[in-house]
Amino acid sequence: MPEDMIRVEGLSHRFDDLVAVDDVSFHVRPGEVFSFLGPNGAGKSTVINVLTTLLPLQEGRVVIAGFDLRTEPDRVRSAIGIVFQEVTLDRDMTVTETLLFHGRLYGLPRDEVRERAEELVRLVELETKRDVLVKHLSGGMKRRLEIARGLMTRPAVLFLDEPTIGLDPQTRARMWDYLRDVNRDGTTIFLTTHYMDEADRLSDRIAIIDRGRIIAEDTPLDLKNALGRDLVYLETTDNGRARAVLEADPAVTGVREKGPAGLLVTVSEDGTRVVPRLLDALRESGVVIDGLNIKKPSMDDVFIHHTGRALRDEGAESFAAAVGRRR
Amino acid sequence: MDRRFLAIYWRDMLRYVRFRTLLLSSLVQPALWLAFFGIAMSSSFDAIGTQVPSGPGIPQVGYLTFMCAGVISMTTLFTSLFGGMSLLFDKNWGLLREVMAAPMPRSNIVLGMGLSGITKSCIQAGIILAFGLLLGVRFFDGYSPLRLAMAVGGIFAFVSVFALGFVFLSSAIAISMESPEGMQGIMTLLTMPIFFASNALYPVEAFPEALRLLSMANPLSHMVTGIRYFAIGPEFSAIGRTFVCSSTDLFVSFGALCLFSTLTFLFALHRVRVARVT
Ligand SMILES: Nc1ncnc2c1ncn2[C@@H]1O[C@H](COP(=O)(O)OP(=O)(O)OP(=O)(O)O)[C@@H](O)[C@H]1O
Ligand SMILES: [Mg+2]
Repeated sequence: MPEDMIRVEGLSHRFDDLVAVDDVSFHVRPGEVFSFLGPNGAGKSTVINVLTTLLPLQEGRVVIAGFDLRTEPDRVRSAIGIVFQEVTLDRDMTVTETLLFHGRLYGLPRDEVRERAEELVRLVELETKRDVLVKHLSGGMKRRLEIARGLMTRPAVLFLDEPTIGLDPQTRARMWDYLRDVNRDGTTIFLTTHYMDEADRLSDRIAIIDRGRIIAEDTPLDLKNALGRDLVYLETTDNGRARAVLEADPAVTGVREKGPAGLLVTVSEDGTRVVPRLLDALRESGVVIDGLNIKKPSMDDVFIHHTGRALRDEGAESFAAAVGRRR
Repeated sequence: MDRRFLAIYWRDMLRYVRFRTLLLSSLVQPALWLAFFGIAMSSSFDAIGTQVPSGPGIPQVGYLTFMCAGVISMTTLFTSLFGGMSLLFDKNWGLLREVMAAPMPRSNIVLGMGLSGITKSCIQAGIILAFGLLLGVRFFDGYSPLRLAMAVGGIFAFVSVFALGFVFLSSAIAISMESPEGMQGIMTLLTMPIFFASNALYPVEAFPEALRLLSMANPLSHMVTGIRYFAIGPEFSAIGRTFVCSSTDLFVSFGALCLFSTLTFLFALHRVRVARVT
């Protein structure tokens, strides 16, 4: 097995004058789930399209599953499965036909195609829909079918471009389960998303991409820890006094008013350890605490930190809504 | 051997069978042509034709029989010219992205489309032949079983090569176009001159020189020549004229069709190879 499943060095791609991907380098290890996280137009699909050979490799070096994309594109094609951003299904074929067609397209032996299709229909729980036309499937079922199709050839790497776009929260969660199963069975996964929570929960490592460049790359945890601060939200009977007490603590790096009754405290150490100490200090000075919440930085915060801009995040936790945007 | 073009073929045939109305209309439309246009025209042409006696030993056929080869050719032309259209739909809304990302030589796409074009055209040709015979088309008159089998084989060979040529052309255009409307426009523009600048409905000898040359370069004329040779015979008279087709003429016509489909194959292959679908 190659040391890196995907190795990309100095990849750039331009459409006429527009530089869509600008000197991007990263690598994905076998068995990893690696995410590209970025806003609309960041260049995620362009990278995927180059890596899956749909766009020509203009500049840079790409090795996938041990094959050089420039010299052995067909070997790369055989080694990968793809789920495209847009639905890429024939509305007038049935679920089974869709899978059989894919198997034949890749020249799999006849028996194996049937066997594999049956296996995958079960994996994505479409058993009752085997002979249903694609146009009569729901959006989530179509997406599942596309994932099943991407797995027909037992690829070493599965590329997914925004796999859960347009799906409701329950269906998205189910999709994550499927992807985790697939990954557990040994398939390396490269996915793009603009959902913070998706990248956060699914990935072993994340690259944040903005305007064609990777601006940060690490595990979700380290990306968040790199911000070096937790947030504590407090509601007290006397915010003025509380502020004075809090600011005296060495771990507190900032206190801001939040809403009519709240204070937002930034701490430079692990919030779980600092908060008890802060509460003691507050109680000693006679401040009564009405409410409290500790928040680790979210991927959202990471994104804002690196880009100075917010990323629309539909799956944000309710606390994020409570504390609002911060810089 | 690389059999992955069969996947493309299988899927295109699946669509053909699935869209019942499309299938039905593609079968009924040529029959209607034959029934209405053929019978109407033959009643007026045959009135002229019978006034001129044909030479001794030369079979004389009515207009319906004469134009039946034209109807088969025209139907094959239409079907094949629209045969590549599914590539355009696939490019805009469907599977072409999946196909282009597959590790198979692009020639498989072109071959698969070609094979499905042949199948559709041969089914249609068979139906028109059968329907024509019912209506009174005097094809295969007095043929021995062996000669009949050879004649039918010959007709299908011509239909196949001709169909290939136009399916390839149509695929090349389809994969280069952005909209079905644009494609429709080009097809309409192509079919008119191809159909009328040919010997499908009337003899070309009376054409002005330029038009006559055009019709000689027209694949449809060669197709019609081939079908008449096999279905009626090397020499016959119709609408007051004698038509002669030597076996050399036949080979020239078949060669011309082979050349035509080779060229359109290369064209289609080139267009598919440079196509980008993202
Ligand atoms: N075929 C094309 N021709 C010209 N420009 C293109 C083409 N495809 C993409 N672009 C441009 O390249 C940039 C990156 O696009 P890309 O599709 O890679 O973004 P993305 O990160 O996938 O966005 P989204 O989240 O909206 O899918 C955009 O500015 C886009 O307009
Ligand atoms: Mg995209």
